[in-house]
Amino acid sequence: MKHLGKILILLTVAVMLLAGCGGGEEEVAAPEVFRVAVVMPSAINDLAFSQSMYDALSAIQAERGADKFEFVYSESMFVVDDAAAAIRDYASQGYNLIIAHGSQYGSSLQEIAPEFPETSFAWGTTVDTFGLDNVFAYEARAEEGGYVMGVMAAMLSESGIVGVVGPIETGDAKLYVDGFTAGVTATKGEAQVNANWIGSFSDVALASEAAQTHIGAGADILTGTAQMVVGAIGVAEENGVLWFGTQSSQTSLAPSIVVANQVYRWEVVLKEMISLIEGQTYGGQSFLITLENGGLEVEFNSAYALPDEVKTAAQAAIDGIVDGSIDPLP
Amino acid sequence: MIGNLFTEAVLVGILASGIRLATPYLYAAIGETFSQRSGVLNLGVEGQMLIGAFAAFFVSFTTGSLWLGLLAAIISGLLMGLAMAFVSINLQAEQGISGIGFYLFGLGLSDLLFQKMLGTVETVSGFRPIYIPYLSDIPIIGDIFFNQNILVYGAYLLVVAAWFVLNKTTIGLKIKAVGESPEAADSLGVSVARVRYFTVILGGGLSGLAGASLSIALLNVFQQNMTSGLGFIAVALVYFGGWRPFAVMGGALLFSMVNSLQLWVQVLNIPIPSDFAVMMPYVLTIIALVITVQRVRPPSALTKPFERGH
Amino acid sequence: MNRKRQSEVVSKLMDALLPVFAVLAALAIGAVMLIILGANPIEAFGALLEGAFGSANALADTVVKATPLLLIGLGICISFRGNVINIGGEGQMIIGALMATALGLAFPEWPGLLMITLAMVVGFLGGAVWGGIPGALKAYFGVNEILSTIMMNAIAVQLMNFLLAGPMIDPVQAGKASKIPQTARLSNAFDLPRLIPTRLHLGALIAVILAVVVYILLWRTTLGYRIRAVGQNQDASRYAGIDVKRQVVLALLLSGAFAGLAGAIQVFGVNHRMITDGSATGFTGSAGFNGIVAALFGQLHPLGTIPASFLFGALLVGANKLQRVVQVPSAVITALNGLVVIFVVSSEIWRRRRETKRRTEATFEMEIEELHPPPAQDLTANEEGVS
Repeated sequence: MKHLGKILILLTVAVMLLAGCGGGEEEVAAPEVFRVAVVMPSAINDLAFSQSMYDALSAIQAERGADKFEFVYSESMFVVDDAAAAIRDYASQGYNLIIAHGSQYGSSLQEIAPEFPETSFAWGTTVDTFGLDNVFAYEARAEEGGYVMGVMAAMLSESGIVGVVGPIETGDAKLYVDGFTAGVTATKGEAQVNANWIGSFSDVALASEAAQTHIGAGADILTGTAQMVVGAIGVAEENGVLWFGTQSSQTSLAPSIVVANQVYRWEVVLKEMISLIEGQTYGGQSFLITLENGGLEVEFNSAYALPDEVKTAAQAAIDGIVDGSIDPLP
Repeated sequence: MIGNLFTEAVLVGILASGIRLATPYLYAAIGETFSQRSGVLNLGVEGQMLIGAFAAFFVSFTTGSLWLGLLAAIISGLLMGLAMAFVSINLQAEQGISGIGFYLFGLGLSDLLFQKMLGTVETVSGFRPIYIPYLSDIPIIGDIFFNQNILVYGAYLLVVAAWFVLNKTTIGLKIKAVGESPEAADSLGVSVARVRYFTVILGGGLSGLAGASLSIALLNVFQQNMTSGLGFIAVALVYFGGWRPFAVMGGALLFSMVNSLQLWVQVLNIPIPSDFAVMMPYVLTIIALVITVQRVRPPSALTKPFERGH
Repeated sequence: MNRKRQSEVVSKLMDALLPVFAVLAALAIGAVMLIILGANPIEAFGALLEGAFGSANALADTVVKATPLLLIGLGICISFRGNVINIGGEGQMIIGALMATALGLAFPEWPGLLMITLAMVVGFLGGAVWGGIPGALKAYFGVNEILSTIMMNAIAVQLMNFLLAGPMIDPVQAGKASKIPQTARLSNAFDLPRLIPTRLHLGALIAVILAVVVYILLWRTTLGYRIRAVGQNQDASRYAGIDVKRQVVLALLLSGAFAGLAGAIQVFGVNHRMITDGSATGFTGSAGFNGIVAALFGQLHPLGTIPASFLFGALLVGANKLQRVVQVPSAVITALNGLVVIFVVSSEIWRRRRETKRRTEATFEMEIEELHPPPAQDLTANEEGVS
């Protein structure tokens, strides 16, 4: 047994030495290529939070050309500790911009960013740059689109009961639901919004059962946030209950019942960051995607016949939020 | 507000949803019951379910046939079971650990196949609730019991079948003998390896079905890690039921109904923090077991590999 | 005699190399998967090695990753030796971390050394409670520990979500609409000292020292003897007057305590605050499960668990780098981890076969030697409990 330990240690050392010899290639970016690395908590095709960032980077790449704009990603980095290692690794490789796409990565970023003053970091979703001049912050005013959805939901609901399926009550999920609730109650005071926080981002079965529960309780409109809602959308479709999506477009899942989606267009703020970085400003500012700057878009499902007066009211809500006459979080 | 829980709509909702939610647990837990009864602990159920869920979804999605999807789920589950059987019976690997290995493998592989073969979340039109003449029309009872899809009914029939096989047939006798005393079974001419291969592969197939019951009957989507710990709960339920099919079913129903109850508690705005509501099924499962104090002894040879001549 | 020694060394060397061969075999399958995905496996595995060992930072990350695996693995050595299966490491780690963090937040003015010491103790106790409950449930109510630990994991996660979004929330977050569920950062004075200018912290050293302590506990104390005796044969132990129930509780309690300590060290050494993404893994990195695997790779021996955790930590850290460099889906890494676990645990059969062979030979020799009394030999060899 003692021998086993010793041999294993020796072997490890040998492997380490080998690795030490092999490693250490230095990559120097050609100056004209802008290189971005992003660390995301879920998969790039989650139809929700992570996909919204992946789509934004793809859009920028399509616009600038793959030879001018490169990006790499680390997906499913739900372990905060692993994300920190990834951020540090990217930073040491000289990427122009490193995006930590998850509020849980903040404290890691706060620690790593000062070590790489020439590298720009972006952290979302938050407004906090820690007073560091190489950290940008970005946040979605998810409550704005939520409010607009709420207005439509209240008008479309016949039972006056609306159901919400969420993961845990925090972050932009919370903002969205708060805005949604405000929109519903502002439009139809007596309407009732029931929220179900299922305590998980991955439990599709529980999300679906939560939707069943809402329908059992009389809800005829459902909405929800985060990647596990795909289960709830299926239930909504089966029962002919309308659905409002957020983060990414969820229309493809149930074209007959998705009324509209609040879609995040991070490219709006990313472009601003990139031009600042190209002008040698590496951080210190925080950005919001809003209905006003086009970072949030209310995307109507063309396959769903939305009554004109509802669409008009939705547009009025958008205008009201943009000109400041409506506060989505009263 | 608590009173709101005791209305017909809520009680019917809880029962119907409990019966539905219990379905995947039943397939997986009955499969696990067979393999544990013969002495093999399979902690890889979750991985087998994920593979089965993906296979069912992908085949249904591409061919349009739910039955082919079901078949694919069973076959993929059987294959996973075969691998598990080889590793735990021939290679006599520590079962708790190899199970974790199979879980991780299934988790990763199903996700990988999903990303490469589908690329994005899609939907299929899964098994629909079956209308049973007269029965489905009975008020309340019809809504609870007779408005479910075929895989739900299948799960409960499986419980009866499992009870029958374990208690009334020779193969059941052999399974239990192999799990209790492989040496004695061996000396009576029962092939321990063959019986265990049978149960572990059967367990794999049933876990595959459990996955299919999610991806093409209850949820009709596939997403990475969509089982989200469900397979581990299924293993726990086998212990809850003390390796007896009907008691396992009782556990599955209890767990599912309390889970459904907690959803209602939130929807009815009963002032309990949602985190505590989510905790309820886990806490109550433990409490139920403490109260009933059922000292059922596990199969003596559980997790112990068998080698002839030792 | 000399030739016998020699063959014994070769045989032990084979034992030690076996897991390495198993890992290589698993990686070979991984290589096929990578090729199918259009990635160059040589580049990929080069990245894995570089990510795990390629620089001081990489090496530090590996050790940091290995630390909770080792601590939880030590607990697993105790519980599995006592024949109780603790798969509740995830929950125990969370509770230990929560309690240690709460202490750190409550008394930000305390001197660093005092706080660190107490926080470790409190984390240890928190884990002990969360492990002790399933222990008591098993011993006194016959509740199977696999069931209760799975349930307790889920309960701990919800408790964490509740506390971090409520009573323990960062005051900065409490004032915001989005309310990110995290605590405030612990006072800088409470950071575990770093050993060299990397992320490597004192926790790694604590874990290694504790490995020795657990070794002594298991093989040099009555408590350890009792736990192992109960693990080997409950009836015989009861007959010998050992309180079996007590040992079952203690085995799970101690096992949980080490997981709790791992949680406290993770917070004070690495994260410096607690954040939740709603899942256990977000905080633990699945250390509660990986620690079991590490302990079994280390053949349930505390000292063997040290290199086993290190190698397993290296695999986890390196695999992340692999994903970054060749840009394959992270799912490949999960599947690969699974294969490694399956292959290593399956390869054990050859080690066991050789051991049986050695034992048979030894018995045979002893029978001969009984006729010709042998010189005093290393009688403790067997006592050290190669399983």
